[in-house]
Amino acid sequence: MKYLDEYRDPDLAQRLFAEIRRITTRPWAIMEVCGGQTHSIIRNGIDQLLPEAIELIHGPGCPVCVTPLEIIDKALAIASRPNVIFCSFGDMLRVPGSAKDLFRVKSEGGDVRVVYSPLDAVRLAQQHPDREVVFFGIGFETTAPANAMAVLQAHRLGLRNFSMLVSHVLVPPAISAIMESPTNRVQGFLAAGHVCSVMGTWQYRPLVERYHVPIVVTGFEPLDVLEGIRRVVLQLEAGRAELDNAYERAVRPEGNVAAQQVLSEVFEVTDRAWRGIGVIPQSGWRLRNAYRAYDAEARFAVGDIQTRESPICRSGEVLQGMLKPNQCPAFGKECTPRTPLGATMVSSEGACAAYYQYGRFIKAEEVGVAR
Amino acid sequence: MSEGLNFEGWSCPLPLRDHPNIVMGHGGGGKLSAELVEHLFLPAFADSGAVDMGDAALIAVGGAHLAFSTDSFVVRPLFFPGGNIGELAVNGTINDIAMRGAQPLVLSAGFILEEGLPLDQLAAIAHSMGVAARRAGVTLVAGDTKVVDRGHGDGVYINTSGFGIVPEGIDIGPTRAQPGDAIIVSGTIGDHGIAILSVREGLEFGATVESDTAPLNGLVADLLDETRNIHVLRDPTRGGVASALNEIARASQVGIVIDERNLPVQDAVRAACELLGMDPLYVANEGKLIAIAPASDAERLLARMRAHPLGRQAAIIGRVTADHPGLVAARTGIGGTRIVDMMVGEQLPRIC
Repeated sequence: MKYLDEYRDPDLAQRLFAEIRRITTRPWAIMEVCGGQTHSIIRNGIDQLLPEAIELIHGPGCPVCVTPLEIIDKALAIASRPNVIFCSFGDMLRVPGSAKDLFRVKSEGGDVRVVYSPLDAVRLAQQHPDREVVFFGIGFETTAPANAMAVLQAHRLGLRNFSMLVSHVLVPPAISAIMESPTNRVQGFLAAGHVCSVMGTWQYRPLVERYHVPIVVTGFEPLDVLEGIRRVVLQLEAGRAELDNAYERAVRPEGNVAAQQVLSEVFEVTDRAWRGIGVIPQSGWRLRNAYRAYDAEARFAVGDIQTRESPICRSGEVLQGMLKPNQCPAFGKECTPRTPLGATMVSSEGACAAYYQYGRFIKAEEVGVAR
Repeated sequence: MSEGLNFEGWSCPLPLRDHPNIVMGHGGGGKLSAELVEHLFLPAFADSGAVDMGDAALIAVGGAHLAFSTDSFVVRPLFFPGGNIGELAVNGTINDIAMRGAQPLVLSAGFILEEGLPLDQLAAIAHSMGVAARRAGVTLVAGDTKVVDRGHGDGVYINTSGFGIVPEGIDIGPTRAQPGDAIIVSGTIGDHGIAILSVREGLEFGATVESDTAPLNGLVADLLDETRNIHVLRDPTRGGVASALNEIARASQVGIVIDERNLPVQDAVRAACELLGMDPLYVANEGKLIAIAPASDAERLLARMRAHPLGRQAAIIGRVTADHPGLVAARTGIGGTRIVDMMVGEQLPRIC
């Protein structure tokens, strides 16, 4: 397929593997920030073919995984209301809250709908003026512009029955949090290409300088990931720490300025809790005062939510790169995609789910996977 | 109603206790569907005698074997690119019967109609059912019609049942895959699922993808004419090729290895799957089959398949192995390996 097969060419991949093997002289720990990259790595078997000295650490960049339990529980409470049409992207429906998930709310009579765009939710609000339509607005800088646009659209249309449960998170503060953690082992980053296509690359330069850590903006196809790894290793081996863009076909240094304008019109930066990690200062977006009328949390008064995480789930350590999914005692036993304890086992981009789905064959003997 | 259910005795500790009500995934053809059958239906039905986990049951009548099957169709929308619910209902049951190597003879059709359904839509559906049955050489011999209140259905639900006779000497079933066998798929995968998704959700993928709904009994007859030494036939409907192969691997207690580079996938289907974060291996098909046969027969079967109009893009996609029994693995495009597991419920489009 044009524009895709080029980035999956097996011969080129083998050449990149050989080159990475050639330039690697000692162990390096590299974090791929984005869940889409984790997925690509495991789905294509990249981790098995890299030299042993290179350890890939899976970062917190799965929007489904890091959405805090409190927000999930608020979503469940809102979706359970009789007059609400609750709209969400598909992969949020199976994320476990304290007691249930959105699929269960749907089976109990809640009107939960999978949409493919936040604008679909705006359309539903137009079509059902007698119902409250709520959109679950989660994700990184990638999904935020479309969600901001939906709020603007609802505002322009004068819709009073549309609101958004907002839990947007930002990548650069998460990288800071990881680098400042006393247990950090990450020596280089593959930054998420999609995020940078919106926000540009300039936000990463201060991180490179402050922490003296190489950051290479990387795409999601196998060759993109391999090229990103190659460039990080080149820097690490030479003792350099630079910002490098290996995804130039999609990412400009300034990013998508129009999208950034929409974002800053609708959202403002706020402290945000990350599931399994905790509160990271200035790491999220919330609706600005001018658009607070569209804030579902305020509209439905769901402030009293009591949350309860699984006591044996260690997804927080997985998200911070301190634990590989298959090193968790519950992996493949108490915790499977069928019976997820944490969000990292739910989302197709979650590190635990990626390991379970694609990596069990290789790791089965090591981890004693329940079949 | 729930007092007849005993959750405690279940072998898997958690499955349906998490879901005291039916969720959509119970109909998705993945693990949830399998658990419902295994833990709820089979224990309840066991006393009544014959229970068969295959798509069609084999029943001995006199000296002959009947392949008997039933299936219900609840597709939305009723009309989609490449077909409608009526021909889907006819072809679906024909294919289930054909996957035991039987030639289907007769079908019944049961209709649950929603009050308010335009008669011209029903007429168009019924007409296409007649056309599909004649195309496949089967007769519609019995039927039933019920009407439910407006708002209690999606226009039309159709159940079809039918049987055919298994020719003497044919032994095809999900438990018969053997190490060394080759795995052949009769054409491009994922077409039906993406066709439905594109119209249901109003998504456009650059090119129209049409459903592949078709009767496969003619193709099966050609294959059996080439050799009777076919171990497994399977139409990979809900849950797609991945789920079908997983079921075969478990039923036969063999391992399966497929090569992703050999999977036939239309460009438009691949593009749609990329966009939605779906894997074509898990997307539904309605006019494709998987044949598993000794490797020595594989090239002959492949040639015969490609000579049939419904098998022109057939490909050998993998092999059966004695390693890792019960598991399906895939060689990836760049030479790695990954597990191809059963889906839990339905595939969910990802967030970004």
